[in-house]
Amino acid sequence: MSTEQDQRTIRCLVAKVGLDGHDRGAHVIARAFRDAGFEVIYSGLHKAPEEVVQAAVQEDVDVVGISILSGAHDTLVPKIINGLEEYEAAEDTLVLVGGIVPEEDREALYDLGVAEIFGPGSSMAETIEYVRENAPDR
Amino acid sequence: MSGHESLIDELLAGKHRALARVITRIEDRSPGYRELVSELHGHTGHAEVIGVTGSPGAGKSTLVDKVAKRYRERGETVGVVAIDPASPFSGGAVLGDRIRMASNVGDMDVFFRSMSARGSLGGLSTATTDAVKALDAFGKDKIIVETVGAGQNEVEIVKTADTVAVLVPPASGDDVQMLKAGILEIADVFVVNKADLDGADRTVKELREMVHMRDASPLSGHHGAGADEHDGADIDAGGDGGGTAREPPIVETVARTGDGVEEFLEALTDHSRWLDRTGERETQARKRYAAEIRTLLREDGAALVEAELEARGGLDAYVDAVAARETDPYRVAEEVLAPVADCVRDERPD
Repeated sequence: MSTEQDQRTIRCLVAKVGLDGHDRGAHVIARAFRDAGFEVIYSGLHKAPEEVVQAAVQEDVDVVGISILSGAHDTLVPKIINGLEEYEAAEDTLVLVGGIVPEEDREALYDLGVAEIFGPGSSMAETIEYVRENAPDR
Repeated sequence: MSGHESLIDELLAGKHRALARVITRIEDRSPGYRELVSELHGHTGHAEVIGVTGSPGAGKSTLVDKVAKRYRERGETVGVVAIDPASPFSGGAVLGDRIRMASNVGDMDVFFRSMSARGSLGGLSTATTDAVKALDAFGKDKIIVETVGAGQNEVEIVKTADTVAVLVPPASGDDVQMLKAGILEIADVFVVNKADLDGADRTVKELREMVHMRDASPLSGHHGAGADEHDGADIDAGGDGGGTAREPPIVETVARTGDGVEEFLEALTDHSRWLDRTGERETQARKRYAAEIRTLLREDGAALVEAELEARGGLDAYVDAVAARETDPYRVAEEVLAPVADCVRDERPD
């Protein structure tokens, strides 16, 4: 039918988990994604991993961007990914981590299923391009 | 096709992921979404739909959060569709209503979905109606549609609802501002939220005056001024007569603390009972279906014409001819549409 269309809008969840209260980066990313034409759902501060999972599932987002600057990535990120798996949402959701992640912790996150980690100095254009190219094909 | 069937089966079986995916298909209007919604229709008609609208910052999301919590305490399941504006430049959006849903954290039986007003607003009201259908078929007892109220388009959206609540924050301007806002005519319940702020009493007073004036106007009657001009003809008349006229109550709430939420729910229940008592629920539903059919016909008809135009090599040649005064827009429209009209006439059984 002609009222159907093929073009899809990329939906992203920008999430802050745990006690980390630094949301400037998340705000900047949310805005940049919006200006890139994405639909951004911002979680707000201090969310529990279960809340992030609930939001990701209900909003059916293509991308979950987790912003962590507190160093708790090795406990919080696995919880989110396990939660996504529980709802069979892990395989077609692109999970990204932004913030401060020491080099030696990165491999473990990649193994869990994190697609990419954006540390300090990542360019906005690069991040947007990465999302455009890697948003899951559904 | 089998993909669709399993998606529907999973939705009906209560899988959140499937419900979420169906709403995405609806929003994206991805190929096959029409069959999906057709399938769903047979499973709908059980949910109570509540529309909440009001100006930005009026406290809609916070109130919806508290209302959802109260419904959950009563053992009812809740679906929320929250619509936020999209950037007119990039088409992107930041959908922030979810942040306010703090009381229902981790409760999957509150299904909250953010939607963006992507481009065409006609499309949005279709998408909203269809998303509500998905939630209804999923088995939600209460469905809340929340949208910023700024004009006619929002009126279209909240018409999906059985009961419409309009939030008015205190000191939101004098009574002339209230006259201006076309959304006042659609309210079944008024809510003066942030009632602990200065100016709330005056807002309540002004609203009360407005409501009285509305009742005195020739447009009074349920959803009177908002009703589609076409609708009257196809729906049984009656039901809107003087006997059923109803004055929308004005409730004061402080959504942040939960004050007045119980009274608000009471007002919603009152309206719901009124709908049943007067038969207005059925009349409204019929109006809604009529509007839905019309919208789809309009869209599909437009698509048909667009295809015909394409087959004739596009609009440019016609525009040139009109600019050169060789023809005029009316004649072009007639010419393009003539074969379509002929076909329809030929095919029509007498």
